[in-house]
Amino acid sequence: MSLSPGIYFMSGNSAVAEGAIFAGCRFFAGYPITPSSELAERMAARLPRVGGIFIQMEDEIGSIMAIIGASWGGLKAMTATSGPGFSLMQESIGFAAITETPIVICDVQRAGPSTGMPTYVGQGDVMQAKWGSHGPYEIIAVSPSSVQECFDLTIRAFNLAEKYRVPVIILMDERLSHLYEKVRVPRKEDVIIVNRKLPKSKKNFLPYLADADLIPPMPPIGEGYHFHVTGLTHDERGYPKIDPEVQDRLVRRLCDKIRYHADEIIDIQTYMMDNAKIAVVAFGSVVRPAIKAIKLARSKGIKAGLINLRTIWPFPEKIIREYAEKVHTFIVAEINYGQIVHKVRESVNGKAKVVLLPKMGGAIHTPEEILNEIMEAR
Amino acid sequence: MEIIICGFGGQGIVRAGYILGYAAAVMEDKESSFVPSYGPEARGGECASRIVISNERIDYPFITTVDILIAMAQPAYNKYIEYLKPGGIILHDEDLVKPDERASKASEIYSVPATRIAERLGNRIVANIVMLGFFCAVTKIIGYDAMKKAVEAGVPARFKEINLKAFDKGYNYGLEVIGKDKRKALAVQ
Repeated sequence: MSLSPGIYFMSGNSAVAEGAIFAGCRFFAGYPITPSSELAERMAARLPRVGGIFIQMEDEIGSIMAIIGASWGGLKAMTATSGPGFSLMQESIGFAAITETPIVICDVQRAGPSTGMPTYVGQGDVMQAKWGSHGPYEIIAVSPSSVQECFDLTIRAFNLAEKYRVPVIILMDERLSHLYEKVRVPRKEDVIIVNRKLPKSKKNFLPYLADADLIPPMPPIGEGYHFHVTGLTHDERGYPKIDPEVQDRLVRRLCDKIRYHADEIIDIQTYMMDNAKIAVVAFGSVVRPAIKAIKLARSKGIKAGLINLRTIWPFPEKIIREYAEKVHTFIVAEINYGQIVHKVRESVNGKAKVVLLPKMGGAIHTPEEILNEIMEAR
Repeated sequence: MEIIICGFGGQGIVRAGYILGYAAAVMEDKESSFVPSYGPEARGGECASRIVISNERIDYPFITTVDILIAMAQPAYNKYIEYLKPGGIILHDEDLVKPDERASKASEIYSVPATRIAERLGNRIVANIVMLGFFCAVTKIIGYDAMKKAVEAGVPARFKEINLKAFDKGYNYGLEVIGKDKRKALAVQ
């Protein structure tokens, strides 16, 4: 059973695991790596009790390929990893994208590059999450900033993966994964759970023929549907077709099924932005010192607000563009040397000043550091 | 209310932090957050649990200043005494921590031979729970029943009995130290 409704006290890692089980995830394959290991640990303890399967694989490549296979077998499936493990998964994220396989990957970001500082926080995988595999494709990435959001956004990640048949990445970070907070688990009937749409008929079935929403129904393996799953460019029958026209059609659809639905997918949270002149843009654990900094700034009469990127990909360009008409400065606080700031700058398009407030990894911004930047920008 | 519990990895510092956060969040339905040391220091070396308890949503759980410092080992005290706000409170293991002149910024200092009491109960591993009982009596931030239930839920079943005994020992020691009901509960904002 998934957790019964009530109040719990748990870590971010555990909340992702419980959110996944609540959403219907019944398959986890992973290779333990700091700081995501407790997520796998919780899944190992919990999944067998809900009739699910946990497999510790030989490495991260095996892990992500196993969940792709499980998803085709009809299960909701996820993996979790960190640092170099996420790098190893990149090729298969592209495979999941082109085969339109619903999977969820939780990347608990740590300080990189390379092995970096395994037990310390980072947010250096933001661009990798979007562009890490070769070729043009789209994914969805969500970023929780509290333990409650770890639970809630994991449910959402599964819903989005199922609805759009796309890999969804939960971009966590070490600080959040080891933060313990109160989690309110809702009643099952109060939560929307999305399941992939199934084909209506086996007759004349074309596995990659999309509906008007650009998403093809997904047949489960073993129920009599004839289909072929390949990483090669394929036509509506699912068979390889090495042809620029087919490639054009396929790539456009893979990207457009996300781009056309961006407004539905994007769910950002703002705090005190109504009359703000300075916007702090943050995601993940950095949201926490940012909220405190905004409160401190407001107490000094400075009109500052926060844009919390709960959805990072697709990037909320339209929302940032609208705020660029209202604020004079965007302060982008992230634990890297400048990643999402590029998307903010592109969206703002010169209409306001964009300032990067970086941290190289290992520590998160203090409220005072963010407040100082707000004071500078005033 | 911002609290740090510090000591050596292996003293149950992380467990004590979890139990305190759990008691506040689940048993008393307050807001609480708990950030444990993570990495090599949690298995030897100075280890700390950071806990925030509040009646409102907690903005910032990664605290570097505290109202209450609970110290279970001297090197940890030396490292974290800086975190204590002026006018804050120190609770410490009487035998393992000797507060120095830096403790003068505290408004109150309470000591308990937590490890000695635990040893007398037969296992020094429960010193952390003696300290939680002591903390409960001295600060009254969390009620006795809520805290005791949290201890019960937060320790392995086979060690339940000794932990509950340890909690009561610490609690009663705390009551003696402050004199029964002499102090009102510390206010949680």
